[in-house]
Amino acid sequence: MPTTPHLEVRNLRMTYDETIIQENLNFSVQKGEIFIIMGGSGCGKSTLLRHLIGLMKPATGDIFITGVNLWQVSPEERDQIISHNGVLYQGGALWSSMTLGENIALPLAEYSNLNQKQIKEVTAYKLSLVGLGGFEDYYPAEISGGMRKRAGLARAMALDPEILFFDEPSAGLDPVSSRLLDDLIIELRDSLGTTIIIVSHELESIFNVGDSAIFLDSDEKTMIATGSPKGLLKHCDDQRVLNFLTRTTCR
Amino acid sequence: MSTAVIQKYQLKHTEKGLYLQLSGDWRFQSGIPDTVLLIEQLEKIRPEQLSFECQHLGNWDSGLMIFLLSLIENCKQNHIQVVEETLPAGIQKLIQLASAVPEHKGVQREITDQPVLDRIGNVTIEAHRSWNDLLSFIGNIFLGFLNLIRSKASFRYSDLFYQIEQAGPSAVLIITLVSVLVGMILAFVGAVQLRLFGAEIFVANLVGLGMAREMGAMMTAIVMAGRTGAAYAAQLGTMQVNEEIDAFKTMGISPIEFLVLPRLLALVFTMPLLCIYADFMGIIGGAIVCSTMLDISFFQYFQQIQGFVLPIHFIVGIFKAGIFGILVATAGCFRGLQCGRSASSVGSATTGAVVTSIVLIIVADAVITVICQIIGV
Repeated sequence: MPTTPHLEVRNLRMTYDETIIQENLNFSVQKGEIFIIMGGSGCGKSTLLRHLIGLMKPATGDIFITGVNLWQVSPEERDQIISHNGVLYQGGALWSSMTLGENIALPLAEYSNLNQKQIKEVTAYKLSLVGLGGFEDYYPAEISGGMRKRAGLARAMALDPEILFFDEPSAGLDPVSSRLLDDLIIELRDSLGTTIIIVSHELESIFNVGDSAIFLDSDEKTMIATGSPKGLLKHCDDQRVLNFLTRTTCR
Repeated sequence: MSTAVIQKYQLKHTEKGLYLQLSGDWRFQSGIPDTVLLIEQLEKIRPEQLSFECQHLGNWDSGLMIFLLSLIENCKQNHIQVVEETLPAGIQKLIQLASAVPEHKGVQREITDQPVLDRIGNVTIEAHRSWNDLLSFIGNIFLGFLNLIRSKASFRYSDLFYQIEQAGPSAVLIITLVSVLVGMILAFVGAVQLRLFGAEIFVANLVGLGMAREMGAMMTAIVMAGRTGAAYAAQLGTMQVNEEIDAFKTMGISPIEFLVLPRLLALVFTMPLLCIYADFMGIIGGAIVCSTMLDISFFQYFQQIQGFVLPIHFIVGIFKAGIFGILVATAGCFRGLQCGRSASSVGSATTGAVVTSIVLIIVADAVITVICQIIGV
């Protein structure tokens, strides 16, 4: 019996005013899958992510999360669905007036029944998972960009979300932190069954963690390849995809 | 075999040793069991090692991890060896990840109650530093202005015209509204009192003199402090956050010349013009009250003003407006360039700009008024 995909996109068209960013997007992500959205700069990867997390409404087409059409439910229901997802934004997007501990504690206080002591314990655990144990009382302005990003991930994971979205997770991280992040992504999927959707153009990360992927092209304004990253490298005959995956340039 | 039953876990003794049986779902949304009772039991038993039995363990998330990490930490303190290999592979891996980077020692913040003298000292040092920064900022503006006169400044006239447009024509509507209302309020307050003495016609003197010397310049400055000064602080503060100011510096372009001078000159140019406009709008506001409340015709009202309010009164007000323009632009740009690297510091910079501008406007107004009294203007 076929299972309902955790996330499904049908005939999605994304526009800014009259300008079409991408169209005819069709793909599905299964539960526990690590799905990569890749493509060159400016092709609309981050815009697609903003559609998937409910920040932008599709011009046409549908987005389903666990079989529920995100834009055919009431705004309250949509907020409910969206709040169960975790998102790591490019720069971390930490709330600057709160400490790292408060940043992570806020969603826990809003959406769980934990007491203050337990919230503190969960906060410490989440920060230790991203290698920031002990930094609870620091403000985002007092730590480096890479640390802000890791703290943003700790906040995204605060409620053990069923789907985690990552916007360029490795950008701005040193190679060791980047590798640790890849390990963490795989571990979150393996141990908690989290579905993970990553926007990235970091090849090493893409090949390390990706189960399946789509490739967006800014000229065609649609997805031109789909499959596992390693499979695309072996079998895809589209030169643009191969150039991307092998870092070659065509002049 | 002895058994201790506590919620979702059971502590069991067998020939092989002590082990903890975990069962059911462990979701932190439904609460995390406290480890206190379990630790107390372990302290009594004092086993050499603790294993786990997870055959009946259902779904789990961070709730179980918090419980286990707390247990492991306590076992370490009590010299009890925890056999992590008996836990499911996923949990083992997450424990490894959580302890892969040991907690940073010495980074925790201790909240200490600072003695009063320390606080006073810190505030004084901070005020001294801020004062030095302000003096240096004013000095740099002066140097930038000298460079501008010698045509050596990084200055774009297109920026100046853009800033003039933003500070001038765009503010006309709000200045109109505020000035007309202030003129009406002055006339109304004066009318109530002067009517008692049958001296209603002197309402025109009150409104004319009040708007020309004080209220025209003052109200324009306060509106511009809230509107334009705050905008300057927010713009430059955001540029500071985005490292745009650093980019100017590393390219050898002075942010003072490129960003501050156009804003400063724009306000110095537009404030006197807005002040003249505000003066007339206020006088018209007074005329509306006089004609409707006091049966004084427009002709009588303006003739009275013409005879009493001299050009020097307008000049004093216009001079003040120019000074206020310098103060509002300086405070806005200074606070913006002083801004930290976060969104909240942009908010603080904006608030600081408005508060500083208004305080400086009032102080400057008092000083100019006293000087005018002394020199008899």
